[in-house]
Amino acid sequence: MLELKQLAKSFGEHKAVDSVSFTLNKGEVLGFLGPNGAGKSTTMRMVAGVIEPDRGDVLISGNSVISQRREAQRRLGYLPEGAPLYRDMTPVEFLKFMAAAHDLTRAERNAAIDRVIADARIANVASRRIGNLSKGYRRRVGLAGSLLHDPDVLVLDEPTDGLDPIQKRAVRALIARMAPEKAILISTHTLEEVPAMCNRAIVIDRGRIVADGTPESLASQNPGGLEETFIKLTEASESEAA
Amino acid sequence: MKIWLGDTMTGLRASYLRELRAYFATPLAYVFIAIFLMMLGFFTWEASRFFDTGAADLQPFFYWHPWLFMIFLPALSMRLWADEGADGTAELLLSLPMTITGLAAGKLLAAWTVAGLSLVFTFPMWITVNYLGSPDNASILLTYAMSLVMAGAYLSIGAAVSALVNSQVLAYIIGVVIAFIFTAAGWPMVTGAVAGLLGAGVGDLVAQFSFLTHFETAERGVLEFRSFLFFIGFVAMWLALNVIWVSQRRSAAR
Repeated sequence: MLELKQLAKSFGEHKAVDSVSFTLNKGEVLGFLGPNGAGKSTTMRMVAGVIEPDRGDVLISGNSVISQRREAQRRLGYLPEGAPLYRDMTPVEFLKFMAAAHDLTRAERNAAIDRVIADARIANVASRRIGNLSKGYRRRVGLAGSLLHDPDVLVLDEPTDGLDPIQKRAVRALIARMAPEKAILISTHTLEEVPAMCNRAIVIDRGRIVADGTPESLASQNPGGLEETFIKLTEASESEAA
Repeated sequence: MKIWLGDTMTGLRASYLRELRAYFATPLAYVFIAIFLMMLGFFTWEASRFFDTGAADLQPFFYWHPWLFMIFLPALSMRLWADEGADGTAELLLSLPMTITGLAAGKLLAAWTVAGLSLVFTFPMWITVNYLGSPDNASILLTYAMSLVMAGAYLSIGAAVSALVNSQVLAYIIGVVIAFIFTAAGWPMVTGAVAGLLGAGVGDLVAQFSFLTHFETAERGVLEFRSFLFFIGFVAMWLALNVIWVSQRRSAAR
């Protein structure tokens, strides 16, 4: 459903992403891991068609983000880093805007809005201003917006960042419920979440993939578990930078 | 092409409705309209001495439109793209299946609607002249229409500039400066200076790019199609710049 082909992007001299390739199938929930500045967000932004890659391509359900960008974007739900939202709108107004952006009909729209409000558990804040909502609620409103058009592929940049443990569990449950029907790419800093949420993990470092496997197989590479493996894989860059 | 058009119309509708809502969700539109009307009233009645002209027409009222638009309209357009950049919502917007042309046109039309509404609320002026005498209402309507088209030209400058910077304040200031250039180019003081410096031909040429020059004939109630085309072309050009500047975000050139 989602295919990245030798994706590369530089900002000036800095190679943010250097030839990243992988394929994600329906039913897979991929934890996208890496230290800060490893190129996670840049990769996700290229997948979402927000920035254009220097080289390579991304296929979303067979549509290239380069040559058929909007066709690809119709099949994609994207939650940007920090879940940016229009603060002057209420969640319902925001969801109506998202419905308009995906050109849903009025009947589709109302059904979809009811569905995602229930899924993201934002019914009790649905008519409050987004600017007045807590970080956790805002993230869930953003998540609801990305689910509205029932996309094949979900790209979620740190969806659980800033949520309390109860909210995190709710988001994990939501992802687990959607997983069989979609291909989901999630970036996170919280390694403990990965085994609970994902059935596959990729570690990237300095714009390159350094590990790809199930969370269990990555954890078993080291007696210290996933965290030790993660640190081992990425510490080279730390020592180089220092 | 058909898909492009569909995605453009989707973008236009979605962003137009959103922006129009945003203007009225905050006090911005109300404050804008109130202050604009106050200033226009002040200049018309006090500075132009509306009553002393002794003629039942709206010339002393329309005279101030370009100058007030120059100061006020960049305040309407400054938030259009600058806010998207500052709040990070541009990221969300660019991930949606709409064309930037549609988004930019929708945003511009939303600001244009608020400007149009401000013009509608100047109706007491029109009632006043009709009470005092019998003005040529057809030509007044024509001048209003041209003023509305000119407002779009001012807004298109501000909207495009707001795509270049992530700060509303900066977008406003740059917007006013550019608007000033295109207004003052037809000011006798400026055209005189340019003509003295570079020859009368150049002075005339510079004046051809001024909003003042093109609005002047309309102020007298004469429809000059050339001027109408000038403003429409001007809007199209700045809309194109707007689209290019937003697209640059996608190539991450900025």
